[in-house]
Amino acid sequence: MEIDFVIEKFILVIALFAISLLIAMYSTYAERKVAAFLQDRLGPDRAGPFGILQPLADGVKMFMKEEIIPANANKWLFMVGPGLAMLCACIGTAVIPWGQDMMVGDRLVKLQVTDINVGLLYIFGVISLGVYGVMIGGWASNNKYSLLSAIRAASQNISYEIAMGLSIIALLLVTNSLSLREIVSQQHGFNWNVWYQPLGFLIFMVCAFAETNRAPFDLPECEAELNGGYHMEYSSMKLGFYLFAEYINMFVSSTVMAALYFGGYNYPGMDYMAGLLGPTWAPLFGTAIFFLKIFAFIFFFMWVRWTIPRFRYDQLMSLGWKGLIPLAIANIVITGIVIALTNNF
Amino acid sequence: MESLSNKKKVLVSKPLNFAERMYLPAIASGLTTTIGHFFKKPATVKYPEQEREFSINWRGMHSLKRDEQGRERCTACGLCALSCPAEAITMIAAERKNDEKHLYREEKYASVYEINMLRCIFCGLCEEACPKEAIYLDGPIVPADYLRKDFIYGKDKLVEAPLESVLEVK
Repeated sequence: MEIDFVIEKFILVIALFAISLLIAMYSTYAERKVAAFLQDRLGPDRAGPFGILQPLADGVKMFMKEEIIPANANKWLFMVGPGLAMLCACIGTAVIPWGQDMMVGDRLVKLQVTDINVGLLYIFGVISLGVYGVMIGGWASNNKYSLLSAIRAASQNISYEIAMGLSIIALLLVTNSLSLREIVSQQHGFNWNVWYQPLGFLIFMVCAFAETNRAPFDLPECEAELNGGYHMEYSSMKLGFYLFAEYINMFVSSTVMAALYFGGYNYPGMDYMAGLLGPTWAPLFGTAIFFLKIFAFIFFFMWVRWTIPRFRYDQLMSLGWKGLIPLAIANIVITGIVIALTNNF
Repeated sequence: MESLSNKKKVLVSKPLNFAERMYLPAIASGLTTTIGHFFKKPATVKYPEQEREFSINWRGMHSLKRDEQGRERCTACGLCALSCPAEAITMIAAERKNDEKHLYREEKYASVYEINMLRCIFCGLCEEACPKEAIYLDGPIVPADYLRKDFIYGKDKLVEAPLESVLEVK
Protein backbone atom coordinates (compact mmCIF):
# COMPACT_ATOMS: atom_id res chain seq x y z
CA MET A 1 0.00 0.00 0.00
CA GLU A 2 1.55 3.28 -1.02
CA ILE A 3 1.89 6.07 1.49
CA ASP A 4 0.02 8.63 -0.61
CA PHE A 5 -3.02 6.32 -0.73
CA VAL A 6 -3.04 6.26 3.07
CA ILE A 7 -2.68 10.03 3.24
CA GLU A 8 -5.49 10.51 0.73
CA LYS A 9 -7.89 8.30 2.66
CA PHE A 10 -6.80 9.88 5.93
CA ILE A 11 -7.62 13.36 4.65
CA LEU A 12 -10.95 12.12 3.32
CA VAL A 13 -11.90 10.47 6.63
CA ILE A 14 -10.97 13.52 8.66
CA ALA A 15 -12.83 15.83 6.28
CA LEU A 16 -15.90 13.62 6.34
CA PHE A 17 -15.87 13.41 10.11
CA ALA A 18 -15.50 17.17 10.42
CA ILE A 19 -18.26 17.82 7.89
CA SER A 20 -20.66 15.39 9.60
CA LEU A 21 -20.08 17.02 12.97
CA LEU A 22 -20.34 20.53 11.52
CA ILE A 23 -23.58 19.74 9.74
CA ALA A 24 -25.00 18.07 12.85
CA MET A 25 -23.97 21.13 14.88
CA TYR A 26 -25.65 23.54 12.54
CA SER A 27 -28.66 21.23 12.19
CA THR A 28 -29.46 22.04 15.80
CA TYR A 29 -29.32 25.73 14.92
CA ALA A 30 -31.27 25.18 11.69
CA GLU A 31 -33.90 23.19 13.55
CA ARG A 32 -34.53 26.02 15.95
CA LYS A 33 -34.57 28.58 13.16
CA VAL A 34 -36.90 26.51 10.97
CA ALA A 35 -39.19 25.89 13.94
CA ALA A 36 -39.23 29.62 14.63
CA PHE A 37 -39.98 30.58 11.03
CA LEU A 38 -42.74 28.00 10.77
CA GLN A 39 -44.29 29.50 13.89
CA ASP A 40 -43.90 33.18 12.86
CA ARG A 41 -41.01 33.73 15.26
CA LEU A 42 -37.36 34.72 14.84
CA GLY A 43 -35.50 31.95 16.65
CA PRO A 44 -32.10 32.34 18.32
CA ASP A 45 -30.50 35.59 17.15
CA ARG A 46 -28.38 36.81 20.06
CA ALA A 47 -25.09 34.88 19.80
CA GLY A 48 -23.27 36.44 16.87
CA PRO A 49 -24.95 37.80 13.72
CA PHE A 50 -28.30 35.99 13.20
CA GLY A 51 -27.37 33.79 16.18
CA ILE A 52 -24.79 31.96 14.09
CA LEU A 53 -22.69 31.14 17.17
CA GLN A 54 -25.63 29.57 19.01
CA PRO A 55 -24.39 25.96 18.53
CA LEU A 56 -21.08 26.91 20.18
CA ALA A 57 -22.93 28.45 23.11
CA ASP A 58 -25.05 25.30 23.41
CA GLY A 59 -21.94 23.13 23.27
CA VAL A 60 -20.21 25.12 26.00
CA LYS A 61 -23.35 24.91 28.09
CA MET A 62 -23.43 21.12 27.67
CA PHE A 63 -19.79 20.75 28.71
CA MET A 64 -20.26 22.93 31.77
CA LYS A 65 -23.23 20.98 33.13
CA GLU A 66 -22.77 18.69 36.08
CA GLU A 67 -22.19 15.06 35.20
CA ILE A 68 -24.60 12.83 37.08
CA ILE A 69 -24.58 9.03 37.10
CA PRO A 70 -27.57 7.64 39.03
CA ALA A 71 -26.62 5.58 42.08
CA ASN A 72 -28.29 2.38 40.93
CA ALA A 73 -27.40 2.66 37.27
CA ASN A 74 -25.13 0.15 35.61
CA LYS A 75 -22.19 2.55 35.40
CA TRP A 76 -20.25 0.92 32.62
CA LEU A 77 -23.22 0.49 30.28
CA PHE A 78 -24.47 3.92 31.26
CA MET A 79 -21.26 5.38 29.87
CA VAL A 80 -21.13 3.10 26.82
CA GLY A 81 -24.65 4.03 25.65
CA PRO A 82 -24.05 7.56 24.35
CA GLY A 83 -20.68 6.57 22.89
CA LEU A 84 -22.27 3.74 20.96
CA ALA A 85 -25.04 6.00 19.69
CA MET A 86 -22.44 8.48 18.49
CA LEU A 87 -20.19 5.83 16.95
CA CYS A 88 -23.01 4.21 14.99
CA ALA A 89 -24.10 7.60 13.75
CA CYS A 90 -20.62 8.57 12.56
CA ILE A 91 -19.52 5.44 10.68
CA GLY A 92 -22.46 5.45 8.28
CA THR A 93 -20.94 7.98 5.90
CA ALA A 94 -17.91 5.82 5.04
CA VAL A 95 -19.42 4.08 2.01
CA ILE A 96 -21.20 7.07 0.48
CA PRO A 97 -19.73 8.14 -2.87
CA TRP A 98 -19.51 11.91 -2.44
CA GLY A 99 -18.57 12.73 -6.01
CA GLN A 100 -17.17 11.49 -9.27
CA ASP A 101 -13.46 10.68 -9.45
CA MET A 102 -11.53 13.89 -9.21
CA MET A 103 -8.23 14.86 -10.82
CA VAL A 104 -5.85 16.47 -8.34
CA GLY A 105 -2.72 17.30 -10.29
CA ASP A 106 -2.16 14.06 -12.21
CA ARG A 107 -3.67 11.84 -9.55
CA LEU A 108 -7.17 10.35 -9.72
CA VAL A 109 -8.84 10.73 -6.31
CA LYS A 110 -11.93 8.73 -5.41
CA LEU A 111 -14.30 10.83 -3.32
CA GLN A 112 -15.34 7.81 -1.29
CA VAL A 113 -13.69 6.38 1.79
CA THR A 114 -14.28 2.78 0.84
CA ASP A 115 -16.23 1.11 -1.94
CA ILE A 116 -17.29 -2.20 -0.44
CA ASN A 117 -19.48 -4.25 -2.76
CA VAL A 118 -22.22 -4.63 -0.14
CA GLY A 119 -22.31 -0.93 0.68
CA LEU A 120 -26.07 -0.86 0.90
CA LEU A 121 -26.12 -3.69 3.44
CA TYR A 122 -23.41 -1.92 5.43
CA ILE A 123 -25.52 1.25 5.65
CA PHE A 124 -28.52 -0.81 6.59
CA GLY A 125 -26.57 -2.60 9.31
CA VAL A 126 -25.18 0.63 10.74
CA ILE A 127 -28.62 2.22 10.88
CA SER A 128 -29.93 -0.87 12.67
CA LEU A 129 -27.05 -0.77 15.15
CA GLY A 130 -28.01 2.79 16.07
CA VAL A 131 -30.84 1.54 18.25
CA TYR A 132 -28.36 -0.25 20.57
CA GLY A 133 -27.15 3.09 21.92
CA VAL A 134 -30.71 3.99 22.84
CA MET A 135 -31.46 0.54 24.27
CA ILE A 136 -28.31 0.28 26.37
CA GLY A 137 -28.69 3.82 27.65
CA GLY A 138 -32.34 3.28 28.50
CA TRP A 139 -31.69 -0.02 30.24
CA ALA A 140 -28.60 1.09 32.16
CA SER A 141 -30.38 4.14 33.57
CA ASN A 142 -32.37 1.90 35.92
CA ASN A 143 -35.45 4.04 35.44
CA LYS A 144 -38.80 2.70 34.32
CA TYR A 145 -39.48 5.53 31.90
CA SER A 146 -36.09 5.06 30.30
CA LEU A 147 -36.69 1.33 30.07
CA LEU A 148 -40.13 1.82 28.50
CA SER A 149 -38.57 4.19 26.03
CA ALA A 150 -35.83 1.68 25.20
CA ILE A 151 -38.42 -1.02 24.59
CA ARG A 152 -40.40 1.32 22.38
CA ALA A 153 -37.29 2.28 20.43
CA ALA A 154 -36.32 -1.36 19.91
CA SER A 155 -39.71 -2.54 18.72
CA GLN A 156 -40.20 0.54 16.55
CA ASN A 157 -36.84 0.12 14.88
CA ILE A 158 -37.30 -3.59 14.27
CA SER A 159 -40.76 -3.05 12.81
CA TYR A 160 -39.69 -0.33 10.43
CA GLU A 161 -36.46 -2.05 9.42
CA ILE A 162 -38.54 -4.74 7.75
CA ALA A 163 -40.45 -2.30 5.56
CA MET A 164 -37.22 -0.42 4.85
CA GLY A 165 -35.43 -3.60 3.80
CA LEU A 166 -38.31 -4.61 1.56
CA SER A 167 -38.34 -1.21 -0.14
CA ILE A 168 -34.59 -1.58 -0.75
CA ILE A 169 -35.15 -5.01 -2.35
CA ALA A 170 -37.38 -3.36 -4.94
CA LEU A 171 -34.62 -0.84 -5.54
CA LEU A 172 -32.11 -3.65 -5.99
CA LEU A 173 -34.31 -5.18 -8.67
CA VAL A 174 -33.92 -1.93 -10.61
CA THR A 175 -30.22 -1.31 -10.00
CA ASN A 176 -28.85 -4.89 -9.98
CA SER A 177 -26.10 -3.85 -7.58
CA LEU A 178 -25.45 -3.49 -3.86
CA SER A 179 -22.47 -1.19 -4.31
CA LEU A 180 -23.43 2.39 -3.59
CA ARG A 181 -20.85 3.64 -6.08
CA GLU A 182 -22.49 1.58 -8.77
CA ILE A 183 -26.02 2.61 -7.80
CA VAL A 184 -25.19 6.30 -7.84
CA SER A 185 -23.24 6.26 -11.08
CA GLN A 186 -26.15 4.48 -12.81
CA GLN A 187 -28.33 7.51 -12.12
CA HIS A 188 -26.35 9.67 -14.54
CA GLY A 189 -27.87 13.02 -15.40
CA PHE A 190 -31.56 13.04 -14.61
CA ASN A 191 -32.00 9.26 -14.68
CA TRP A 192 -32.78 9.16 -10.98
CA ASN A 193 -34.14 6.07 -9.22
CA VAL A 194 -37.05 7.98 -7.76
CA TRP A 195 -38.71 8.00 -11.21
CA TYR A 196 -38.64 4.17 -11.22
CA GLN A 197 -39.35 3.65 -7.52
CA PRO A 198 -41.67 6.44 -6.30
CA LEU A 199 -43.57 4.16 -3.94
CA GLY A 200 -40.36 2.54 -2.75
CA PHE A 201 -38.94 5.98 -2.01
CA LEU A 202 -42.03 6.95 -0.03
CA ILE A 203 -41.80 3.79 2.08
CA PHE A 204 -38.07 4.24 2.55
CA MET A 205 -38.55 7.84 3.65
CA VAL A 206 -41.27 7.03 6.19
CA CYS A 207 -39.05 4.26 7.57
CA ALA A 208 -36.08 6.62 7.70
CA PHE A 209 -38.16 8.98 9.87
CA ALA A 210 -38.93 6.07 12.17
CA GLU A 211 -35.34 4.78 12.26
CA THR A 212 -33.93 8.16 13.20
CA ASN A 213 -36.59 8.57 15.92
CA ARG A 214 -37.73 11.83 14.41
CA ALA A 215 -41.22 13.29 14.67
CA PRO A 216 -43.88 12.04 13.98
CA PHE A 217 -42.26 8.79 15.15
CA ASP A 218 -40.30 10.18 18.11
CA LEU A 219 -42.02 7.90 20.59
CA PRO A 220 -38.80 6.83 22.35
CA GLU A 221 -38.27 10.36 23.65
CA CYS A 222 -41.92 11.25 23.97
CA GLU A 223 -41.73 14.13 26.46
CA ALA A 224 -45.40 14.09 27.37
CA GLU A 225 -45.50 10.45 28.42
CA LEU A 226 -41.95 9.41 29.22
CA ASN A 227 -40.29 12.65 30.37
CA GLY A 228 -37.66 12.46 27.66
CA GLY A 229 -37.41 8.69 27.62
CA TYR A 230 -34.07 6.97 27.24
CA HIS A 231 -31.98 10.10 27.92
CA MET A 232 -33.98 11.12 30.98
CA GLU A 233 -31.17 10.27 33.44
CA TYR A 234 -28.42 11.69 31.29
CA SER A 235 -26.83 15.06 31.77
CA SER A 236 -23.89 17.06 30.50
CA MET A 237 -22.09 15.86 27.37
CA LYS A 238 -23.57 12.35 27.57
CA LEU A 239 -26.95 13.89 26.89
CA GLY A 240 -25.24 16.05 24.30
CA PHE A 241 -23.98 12.92 22.55
CA TYR A 242 -27.47 11.46 22.33
CA LEU A 243 -28.94 14.66 20.96
CA PHE A 244 -26.02 15.07 18.60
CA ALA A 245 -26.25 11.46 17.39
CA GLU A 246 -29.85 12.10 16.41
CA TYR A 247 -28.79 14.95 14.16
CA ILE A 248 -25.94 12.97 12.63
CA ASN A 249 -28.39 10.14 11.98
CA MET A 250 -30.65 12.62 10.27
CA PHE A 251 -27.74 13.75 8.10
CA VAL A 252 -26.82 10.15 7.23
CA SER A 253 -30.44 9.27 6.41
CA SER A 254 -30.76 12.34 4.21
CA THR A 255 -27.52 11.38 2.48
CA VAL A 256 -28.67 7.83 1.86
CA MET A 257 -32.02 9.00 0.48
CA ALA A 258 -30.33 11.54 -1.77
CA ALA A 259 -27.82 8.94 -2.98
CA LEU A 260 -30.21 6.02 -3.50
CA TYR A 261 -33.22 7.79 -4.97
CA PHE A 262 -32.24 11.32 -5.98
CA GLY A 263 -29.09 10.65 -7.95
CA GLY A 264 -26.44 11.61 -5.41
CA TYR A 265 -23.97 13.86 -7.18
CA ASN A 266 -25.80 13.56 -10.52
CA TYR A 267 -27.73 16.49 -11.92
CA PRO A 268 -29.23 17.32 -15.31
CA GLY A 269 -26.67 18.93 -17.60
CA MET A 270 -23.70 17.40 -15.81
CA ASP A 271 -21.92 16.43 -19.03
CA TYR A 272 -22.03 20.04 -20.20
CA MET A 273 -20.71 21.24 -16.84
CA ALA A 274 -17.95 18.60 -16.92
CA GLY A 275 -16.74 20.06 -20.21
CA LEU A 276 -16.98 23.57 -18.83
CA LEU A 277 -15.26 23.09 -15.46
CA GLY A 278 -12.71 20.37 -16.22
CA PRO A 279 -11.91 17.16 -14.35
CA THR A 280 -10.94 18.88 -11.07
CA TRP A 281 -13.80 21.24 -10.43
CA ALA A 282 -16.74 19.44 -12.09
CA PRO A 283 -16.78 16.60 -9.50
CA LEU A 284 -16.63 19.16 -6.71
CA PHE A 285 -19.58 20.97 -8.26
CA GLY A 286 -21.43 17.64 -8.29
CA THR A 287 -20.58 17.21 -4.62
CA ALA A 288 -22.00 20.65 -3.90
CA ILE A 289 -25.22 19.63 -5.70
CA PHE A 290 -25.26 16.46 -3.58
CA PHE A 291 -25.04 18.54 -0.42
CA LEU A 292 -27.86 20.78 -1.65
CA LYS A 293 -30.05 17.69 -1.98
CA ILE A 294 -28.99 16.56 1.50
CA PHE A 295 -29.86 19.95 2.97
CA ALA A 296 -33.23 19.84 1.24
CA PHE A 297 -33.92 16.50 2.93
CA ILE A 298 -32.75 17.79 6.31
CA PHE A 299 -35.08 20.74 5.87
CA PHE A 300 -37.88 18.33 5.04
CA PHE A 301 -37.18 16.36 8.23
CA MET A 302 -37.54 19.58 10.22
CA TRP A 303 -40.54 20.80 8.27
CA VAL A 304 -42.36 17.53 9.03
CA ARG A 305 -41.35 17.67 12.68
CA TRP A 306 -43.04 21.03 13.15
CA THR A 307 -46.15 20.04 11.22
CA ILE A 308 -47.29 16.57 12.20
CA PRO A 309 -48.20 15.54 15.74
CA ARG A 310 -46.74 12.36 17.20
CA PHE A 311 -48.39 9.04 16.37
CA ARG A 312 -49.99 6.99 19.07
CA TYR A 313 -48.06 3.78 19.72
CA ASP A 314 -50.72 1.43 18.33
CA GLN A 315 -51.05 3.69 15.27
CA LEU A 316 -47.30 3.48 14.78
CA MET A 317 -47.34 -0.30 14.92
CA SER A 318 -50.38 -0.71 12.69
CA LEU A 319 -48.90 1.71 10.16
CA GLY A 320 -45.67 -0.27 10.13
CA TRP A 321 -47.01 -3.79 10.07
CA LYS A 322 -50.37 -3.42 8.33
CA GLY A 323 -49.56 -0.47 6.08
CA LEU A 324 -45.96 -0.24 5.01
CA ILE A 325 -44.95 -3.92 4.92
CA PRO A 326 -47.82 -5.05 2.62
CA LEU A 327 -47.23 -1.97 0.46
CA ALA A 328 -43.53 -2.74 0.23
CA ILE A 329 -44.24 -6.36 -0.74
CA ALA A 330 -46.72 -5.20 -3.37
CA ASN A 331 -44.06 -2.82 -4.63
CA ILE A 332 -41.58 -5.69 -5.01
CA VAL A 333 -44.12 -7.80 -6.91
CA ILE A 334 -45.09 -4.98 -9.27
CA THR A 335 -41.46 -4.00 -9.85
CA GLY A 336 -40.57 -7.62 -10.56
CA ILE A 337 -43.42 -8.06 -13.05
CA VAL A 338 -42.60 -4.81 -14.86
CA ILE A 339 -38.90 -5.71 -15.09
CA ALA A 340 -39.70 -9.22 -16.33
CA LEU A 341 -42.05 -7.82 -18.97
CA THR A 342 -39.67 -5.10 -20.19
CA ASN A 343 -36.75 -7.53 -20.41
CA ASN A 344 -38.66 -10.20 -22.33
CA PHE A 345 -40.80 -8.21 -24.72
CA MET B 1 -85.68 16.28 23.78
CA GLU B 2 -85.33 19.03 21.21
CA SER B 3 -82.42 21.37 21.87
CA LEU B 4 -83.56 24.97 22.36
CA SER B 5 -80.31 26.67 21.43
CA ASN B 6 -79.86 24.51 18.33
CA LYS B 7 -76.13 24.42 19.09
CA LYS B 8 -76.02 20.81 20.19
CA LYS B 9 -74.06 18.57 17.86
CA VAL B 10 -74.09 14.83 18.14
CA LEU B 11 -70.61 13.51 17.38
CA VAL B 12 -70.33 10.20 15.65
CA SER B 13 -66.92 8.57 15.47
CA LYS B 14 -66.83 7.01 12.06
CA PRO B 15 -64.01 4.70 10.99
CA LEU B 16 -61.44 6.50 8.82
CA ASN B 17 -62.04 6.26 5.10
CA PHE B 18 -59.30 5.17 2.72
CA ALA B 19 -57.82 8.63 2.10
CA GLU B 20 -57.73 9.33 5.82
CA ARG B 21 -56.11 6.00 6.57
CA MET B 22 -53.37 6.80 4.05
CA TYR B 23 -52.48 9.91 6.14
CA LEU B 24 -50.83 11.42 3.06
CA PRO B 25 -53.52 13.94 1.97
CA ALA B 26 -53.79 15.27 5.51
CA ILE B 27 -50.00 15.43 5.82
CA ALA B 28 -49.72 17.31 2.51
CA SER B 29 -52.31 19.88 3.55
CA GLY B 30 -50.57 20.27 6.91
CA LEU B 31 -47.24 20.82 5.22
CA THR B 32 -48.69 23.52 2.93
CA THR B 33 -50.12 25.30 5.97
CA THR B 34 -46.81 25.36 7.80
CA ILE B 35 -44.75 26.37 4.77
CA GLY B 36 -47.16 29.29 4.32
CA HIS B 37 -46.11 30.50 7.74
CA PHE B 38 -42.44 30.11 6.81
CA PHE B 39 -42.69 33.16 4.55
CA LYS B 40 -44.84 35.26 6.85
CA LYS B 41 -43.41 38.18 8.72
CA PRO B 42 -42.44 37.13 12.26
CA ALA B 43 -44.56 38.63 15.01
CA THR B 44 -41.53 38.99 17.27
CA VAL B 45 -40.63 42.39 18.75
CA LYS B 46 -36.88 42.39 19.46
CA TYR B 47 -37.42 43.91 22.86
CA PRO B 48 -34.35 45.69 24.15
CA GLU B 49 -33.57 47.24 20.76
CA GLN B 50 -37.12 47.67 19.62
CA GLU B 51 -40.01 48.71 21.84
CA ARG B 52 -43.65 48.33 21.17
CA GLU B 53 -45.73 51.49 21.50
CA PHE B 54 -47.73 51.69 24.70
CA SER B 55 -51.49 52.07 24.54
CA ILE B 56 -52.87 55.49 25.53
CA ASN B 57 -54.16 54.28 28.88
CA TRP B 58 -50.87 52.58 29.74
CA ARG B 59 -49.78 52.94 33.37
CA GLY B 60 -46.03 52.64 33.87
CA MET B 61 -43.48 54.11 36.24
CA HIS B 62 -44.58 57.10 38.29
CA SER B 63 -43.21 60.55 37.79
CA LEU B 64 -43.56 63.54 40.12
CA LYS B 65 -44.43 66.55 38.01
CA ARG B 66 -43.21 70.13 38.02
CA ASP B 67 -45.27 73.19 37.18
CA GLU B 68 -44.63 75.59 34.29
CA GLN B 69 -41.93 77.40 36.34
CA GLY B 70 -40.11 74.21 37.16
CA ARG B 71 -41.28 73.93 40.75
CA GLU B 72 -42.30 70.62 42.27
CA ARG B 73 -46.05 70.37 42.43
CA CYS B 74 -46.26 67.86 45.28
CA THR B 75 -47.38 69.34 48.56
CA ALA B 76 -47.01 66.15 50.62
CA CYS B 77 -50.68 65.98 51.51
CA GLY B 78 -50.46 62.20 51.68
CA LEU B 79 -53.66 61.50 49.72
CA CYS B 80 -51.77 59.27 47.31
CA ALA B 81 -50.35 57.21 50.17
CA LEU B 82 -53.82 57.00 51.69
CA SER B 83 -55.46 55.93 48.47
CA CYS B 84 -52.81 53.38 47.65
CA PRO B 85 -54.34 49.89 48.09
CA ALA B 86 -50.89 48.28 48.15
CA GLU B 87 -49.41 50.71 50.64
CA ALA B 88 -46.50 51.34 48.37
CA ILE B 89 -46.11 55.07 48.97
CA THR B 90 -44.53 56.82 51.94
CA MET B 91 -43.38 60.39 52.35
CA ILE B 92 -41.98 62.88 54.87
CA ALA B 93 -43.26 66.43 54.65
CA ALA B 94 -41.15 69.52 55.22
CA GLU B 95 -41.79 73.26 55.32
CA ARG B 96 -40.54 75.41 52.49
CA LYS B 97 -37.84 78.00 53.40
CA ASN B 98 -37.98 81.46 51.97
CA ASP B 99 -35.08 80.89 49.63
CA GLU B 100 -36.68 77.71 48.24
CA LYS B 101 -39.65 79.43 46.56
CA HIS B 102 -38.28 78.66 43.16
CA LEU B 103 -38.07 74.93 44.02
CA TYR B 104 -41.45 74.08 45.55
CA ARG B 105 -44.81 75.47 44.55
CA GLU B 106 -46.62 75.12 47.87
CA GLU B 107 -45.52 76.04 51.38
CA LYS B 108 -45.24 72.38 52.27
CA TYR B 109 -43.34 69.86 50.22
CA ALA B 110 -42.17 66.23 50.37
CA SER B 111 -38.58 66.05 51.50
CA VAL B 112 -38.66 62.29 51.12
CA TYR B 113 -41.02 60.55 48.73
CA GLU B 114 -40.68 56.81 48.23
CA ILE B 115 -42.60 54.28 46.19
CA ASN B 116 -41.89 50.58 46.62
CA MET B 117 -42.12 49.26 43.11
CA LEU B 118 -42.44 45.68 44.34
CA ARG B 119 -45.61 46.59 46.22
CA CYS B 120 -47.07 48.87 43.58
CA ILE B 121 -49.82 47.29 41.49
CA PHE B 122 -50.01 50.16 39.00
CA CYS B 123 -53.71 50.73 39.62
CA GLY B 124 -53.43 54.49 39.11
CA LEU B 125 -55.41 55.44 42.22
CA CYS B 126 -52.61 57.78 43.41
CA GLU B 127 -52.91 59.62 40.12
CA GLU B 128 -56.66 59.99 40.65
CA ALA B 129 -56.33 61.00 44.29
CA CYS B 130 -53.76 63.75 43.74
CA PRO B 131 -55.36 67.22 44.09
CA LYS B 132 -52.25 68.97 42.74
CA GLU B 133 -51.78 66.96 39.54
CA ALA B 134 -48.35 66.06 40.87
CA ILE B 135 -48.12 62.33 40.17
CA TYR B 136 -48.72 60.50 36.93
CA LEU B 137 -48.01 56.92 35.90
CA ASP B 138 -46.75 57.94 32.48
CA GLY B 139 -43.26 56.43 32.54
CA PRO B 140 -41.80 53.32 30.94
CA ILE B 141 -41.72 49.77 32.31
CA VAL B 142 -40.03 49.61 35.72
CA PRO B 143 -36.73 47.82 35.07
CA ALA B 144 -35.66 44.60 36.75
CA ASP B 145 -33.07 44.61 39.52
CA TYR B 146 -31.27 42.23 41.87
CA LEU B 147 -31.97 43.53 45.40
CA ARG B 148 -35.23 44.40 47.10
CA LYS B 149 -33.86 47.67 48.41
CA ASP B 150 -33.19 48.85 44.89
CA PHE B 151 -36.89 48.72 44.10
CA ILE B 152 -37.70 51.47 46.57
CA TYR B 153 -37.63 54.50 44.32
CA GLY B 154 -36.90 57.86 45.92
CA LYS B 155 -37.24 61.38 44.60
CA ASP B 156 -34.01 60.99 42.64
CA LYS B 157 -35.75 58.56 40.32
CA LEU B 158 -39.30 59.84 40.50
CA VAL B 159 -39.13 63.63 40.09
CA GLU B 160 -39.22 64.96 36.58
CA ALA B 161 -36.01 66.46 35.24
CA PRO B 162 -35.72 70.21 36.09
CA LEU B 163 -37.18 72.61 33.56
CA GLU B 164 -33.84 74.22 32.68
CA SER B 165 -32.24 70.96 31.74
CA VAL B 166 -35.28 70.08 29.62
CA LEU B 167 -34.99 73.45 27.87
CA GLU B 168 -31.25 73.00 27.40
CA VAL B 169 -31.78 69.66 25.71
CA LYS B 170 -34.35 71.18 23.40
